[in-house]
Amino acid sequence: MRLQPTGDQMALRDGTRALLARRFGPRALRAAVREPGRLDRALWRALGDAGFFALRLPEAGGGVGLGLPEAVLVFEEAGRALLPGPLVATHLAAGRVPGAATGETVVTDVGGCGLVEWLARADVVRGDAAGAEPLRSADPLTPLHRAPAAVEADPAAVLLTAAEQLGSATRLCELAVQHARTREQFGRPIGTFQAVQHLCAGMLVRTQTARAAVHAAAVTADPADIHTARLLADEAAVRGARDCLQVHGGMGFTWEFEIHLHLKRTWVRTYRAGPATQSEEFLAADLLAGTP
Amino acid sequence: MDLAHTPQEEEFRARLRRWLAEVLPALPSKPPPDDWPARRAYDLGWQRRLHDAGYADVHWDASPTTRLIFLEETERAGAPYVGAGFVGLLHAGPTIAAEGTAAQRARWLPPILRGEEVWCQGFSEPDAGSDLAALRTRARRDGDDYVVSGSKIWTSHAEVADWCELLVRTDPDAPRHRGISWLAMPMDAPGITVRPLRTLAGSAEFAEVFLDEVRVPVANRVGEENDGWRVTMVTLSFERGTAFVGEVVACRRVLGELAARARENGRWDDAALRRRLGRLNAEFRALWRLTQWNVGEAGSTGGVPGAAGSLFKLRYSHARQELYDTAADVLGPESLDLDRPWVLDRLSSLSYTIAAGTSQIQHNIVAERLLGLPKGR
Repeated sequence: MRLQPTGDQMALRDGTRALLARRFGPRALRAAVREPGRLDRALWRALGDAGFFALRLPEAGGGVGLGLPEAVLVFEEAGRALLPGPLVATHLAAGRVPGAATGETVVTDVGGCGLVEWLARADVVRGDAAGAEPLRSADPLTPLHRAPAAVEADPAAVLLTAAEQLGSATRLCELAVQHARTREQFGRPIGTFQAVQHLCAGMLVRTQTARAAVHAAAVTADPADIHTARLLADEAAVRGARDCLQVHGGMGFTWEFEIHLHLKRTWVRTYRAGPATQSEEFLAADLLAGTP
Repeated sequence: MDLAHTPQEEEFRARLRRWLAEVLPALPSKPPPDDWPARRAYDLGWQRRLHDAGYADVHWDASPTTRLIFLEETERAGAPYVGAGFVGLLHAGPTIAAEGTAAQRARWLPPILRGEEVWCQGFSEPDAGSDLAALRTRARRDGDDYVVSGSKIWTSHAEVADWCELLVRTDPDAPRHRGISWLAMPMDAPGITVRPLRTLAGSAEFAEVFLDEVRVPVANRVGEENDGWRVTMVTLSFERGTAFVGEVVACRRVLGELAARARENGRWDDAALRRRLGRLNAEFRALWRLTQWNVGEAGSTGGVPGAAGSLFKLRYSHARQELYDTAADVLGPESLDLDRPWVLDRLSSLSYTIAAGTSQIQHNIVAERLLGLPKGR
């Protein structure tokens, strides 16, 4: 029994991180923010070549033949890098929609709260997006429409979204710690102050707890485990963004810094899996099922 | 990334389960909480049974995963917890096993494992709580003895203990952390006065211990003189790493009972309460996964969990308080009746963010040791 990634899994994670650093580093991120609504098709195909979308398809069908544990690690990296686009929807469409597996076709879907991400740029929409109205999206890197009809989210989509949240939570904790170590006030690094230390420690506690829940859910694929992972990862990401912003003070409140992009993306992701109350109700009913 | 057990581990679980099903029905009923001699006899009797069945040293020698299975299965079956054996089995014993001489291990470990001797802990003092290294209880060398004077506080099971793992200052002139030694003090030595302290839950769970020129043989010192701080840290990380496994399983059972009770009394129809219970289910499921995560880490590094235990304790102690606050929400005004289930548990849950290192100290540990932030002020 070991919830930590294996050597192969860590190599996959490192490879993904390196690919994203090359193809979607800080400069590409800033460029994407300057041109909202543009989807980098070349990057999308590079992801396809790397097996990002075909990861869980059987090798016989041209896929990579891996499972949810590997997918969770890869999506954590996507979340960490703030990679834009309907990644989860396209990943889930691989093997069902032609071209999705290779990154040639960009697929979006109607999410759990009726939100449709990247509708204008997608080649294929899964679910009923008829009558979808555009929103002026709070997240500069996720154009949004709202469809009248919501659908229940696929459990794998819920889990992979939780993995993206985990990636943001991890990154935000690192950013906060980096800043606390180097930023000086009152003649010493602000990380020496317990008030700041405790904010950072709280971020790590939430992130590590969420990580254990996400990895376990990837192994069991059990619905209660997936809802658990979702609630914990949402909490770690959303509160992590708040606390990271707080540790950075005024700088955290500026457009230039990447924190607000994480903050806004974590908000978008909390709706993708449907209302949090659905997960809470599921887990409440689970108590009566006598399974704990 | 996997949750699979080895065939040996599955075999261990099956054997343990069969044994528990056999012995638990014949177990005498639990003694009343304020009858200390009866509690001592009950807890030691259970350890004796474990010993005779071959499970005596499961807390020490077993692999972390086997220990996890043991705690999971015993709690699930409703078996007694360590109780009065806590300090011996989970503090003093592991410390002696790691740091003691062969003679010390031979003297103290078998009686702990056989359920014959009870240990208590003399660490905290009235002026040394979170700042444990400020302890002032003095040990002066006199021939083959130390002569110990001072006072200790928050000492559980002091009234019925045979031994006390005692931290004393052996060099008052050395830097604070370097003048401390770890002694095994016999509790029947002349000069020891035990004064029980009543907790806010109404029971006498711990005591103040006054030491007036108590003679403790130098041979009872575990580790080098003035090296007691390091010796102690071994014990503390052990406590935070593994002490709560059974409790997490128990909390998950309580949560199920709470939901059933809410359904009975109609509180279940309140969506806000229902969702609070759902969130708690997520919380304790995740804490169980975090436990498995830490066990996986301990299994591969071979070491006792250190700062990762602090991280777990922070989250768990808060969750436990939220669990029993939610229980009060389910019970309504009945939560003021001390005879109702969960009401006393709610009161005692308040100690969890204080005992074994306050949440504030745990935050410091996580910040400094896991995040590498500079030492705080």
